[in-house]
Amino acid sequence: MSVAMIDEKVEGEIVEKNSSIFKIEDFNLWYGTNQAIYGVNLSIPQNKITAVIGPSGCGKSTLLKTLNRMNDMIPGVRTSGQVMYNNQDIFRNKQMVEELRTQVGMVFQKPNPFPKSIYDNVAYGPRIHGIKKKKVLDEIVENSLKGAAIWDEVKDRLNQNAFSLSGGQQQRVCIARCLAIEPDVILMDEPTSALDPISTSKIEELIKELKNNYTIVIVTHNMQQAARISDKTAFMLNGELVEFTDTDRLFSNPKDKRTEDYITGRFG
Amino acid sequence: MNTHQEHKYSVQEMISDKKSKKNLFNVTEKIVPLFLLLCAVISVLTTAGILFTLLRESITFFSEVSLAEFYLGTQWSPWSGKFGVFPLITGTLLITAIATCVALPIGIASAIYLSEYASNRSRKIIKPILEILAGIPTVVYGFFALTFVTPILQSVFPELKIFNALSAGIVVGIMITPMIASLSEDAMNSVPNRLREGAMALGSTKLEVTIKVIIPAALSGIIASIVLAVSRALGETMIVTIAAGATPNLTFDPMQSIQTLTAFIVQGATGDTSYGSNIYFSIYAVGITLFVFTFAMNLFAQYISRKFREDY
Ligand SMILES: Nc1ncnc2c1ncn2[C@@H]1O[C@H](COP(=O)(O)OP(=O)(O)OP(=O)(O)O)[C@@H](O)[C@H]1O
Ligand SMILES: [Mg+2]
Repeated sequence: MSVAMIDEKVEGEIVEKNSSIFKIEDFNLWYGTNQAIYGVNLSIPQNKITAVIGPSGCGKSTLLKTLNRMNDMIPGVRTSGQVMYNNQDIFRNKQMVEELRTQVGMVFQKPNPFPKSIYDNVAYGPRIHGIKKKKVLDEIVENSLKGAAIWDEVKDRLNQNAFSLSGGQQQRVCIARCLAIEPDVILMDEPTSALDPISTSKIEELIKELKNNYTIVIVTHNMQQAARISDKTAFMLNGELVEFTDTDRLFSNPKDKRTEDYITGRFG
Repeated sequence: MNTHQEHKYSVQEMISDKKSKKNLFNVTEKIVPLFLLLCAVISVLTTAGILFTLLRESITFFSEVSLAEFYLGTQWSPWSGKFGVFPLITGTLLITAIATCVALPIGIASAIYLSEYASNRSRKIIKPILEILAGIPTVVYGFFALTFVTPILQSVFPELKIFNALSAGIVVGIMITPMIASLSEDAMNSVPNRLREGAMALGSTKLEVTIKVIIPAALSGIIASIVLAVSRALGETMIVTIAAGATPNLTFDPMQSIQTLTAFIVQGATGDTSYGSNIYFSIYAVGITLFVFTFAMNLFAQYISRKFREDY
């Protein structure tokens, strides 16, 4: 906070641009004895789209899941270092997990709607957090489905099981389910890898729109996708963060030889 | 490596080798399904045979004792010619109700614990214990009820009869608990992890994930396990014969001695019932009544699991 305030006095514009919602400092993570993340330092800017790229097994999902603490409580997982969310250490307070997850939502690689109606899927989050009024829920469901650009396709079948939808539609329902609790950050782990090109482009459009209200961190194997939609890109390799900079810069003028090899497809 | 260099074998050659023996395979290919069909037919025929015998002897019985007398009568004392089956039905239902009250909460709670909370290690210890519990012969359960549970209950309720529905019902409940626990746990365990993750990522606590996502998703399996256990309780014989008494009693008071449908069949079949007497035929009428109960339970189970099927 204090740093940001000093910045503000000096250069008001830049604060807005640089204020980061997550600050990862010297972060290491082990699955048992197997280290998956090595000394990562990374600041994730607010209201921007940050892409994480890198070869399979390099630790992208691990890093992403760290941000909403989906993996540090698996038995055998150990971490060191800090992850600051809005200047609070997320590991410090074990009680904070559920609260953190209401602020940091997640969309998974494979669409994972609950075996319930479309309506109940989207209303699930608000309901468990105590919203009971039918009218309020109706409104939340409608707004979330609109926000996920799927309202028109499902508005007449809200009571049908979400499994009756196509994969792309299911994924958008999952995005709506995530929007329904109005998080600040949305983590997406290869959200389009199971989808056809048309659904993919719909979801990419959607992600770009969501940027106005949300901070988005997206893991993707598709470098064109990262280049198309993200503002910043992080390149990871073998558990290390190799390079993190503006997307344009990373793809046009990478600093690190390994980044260059990877994005030009010359990678082992 | 070696074979590759020497080229002694060619895979294609071996395949055509096998093809030349195909005649032999053709025969097996035809015989095996026939054999399998035969086995299936045997079990169908057995079922049909049992049903046929039940029906035939029951029809003889009902030509002597009217249906109305049998199903509406409230006194069961076949040795003095009173064939009102109602007390046996209430006895059976009483035992089943007590057993369900015991087994349902314990079974479901254990299933939830095993599937959602237990560490791998404790699961590995507890599950085999449950299976051992399920493998204990029912006659042992019967003596357990009579010589262990009943005295304890009597120290709490002094008016409790030595042979009583409560003790037998509780022990039948203990007997069917592992069935509910184990089958429900299977159902909950097969709910894919990505649903748990999805719910957790929305800020649900573990309990909320379990109650709002996992149980609904596994509901058809859970209900099927309950129905199966209940029909097991309906048909349970040894425990009630030993511990519940042999007093057909039109009562829902668990302190009393009662008799179930099954316990009467044992009594009738082991006593000096002469072939061709009304008592002899009444065994079949009671049997078919029991069959209708369990059959209805099975239909109900099928209906439920179709209705609640949540595909994931
Ligand atoms: N639950 C786990 N238990 C043990 N090891 C794990 C676990 N999850 C991931 N790992 C290991 O951690 C490393 C990083 O995995 P991670 O899933 O983060 O890679 P990724 O970059 O997301 O790969 P992909 O692009 O294939 O999804 C891998 O070596 C993997 O084997
Ligand atoms: Mg991954």
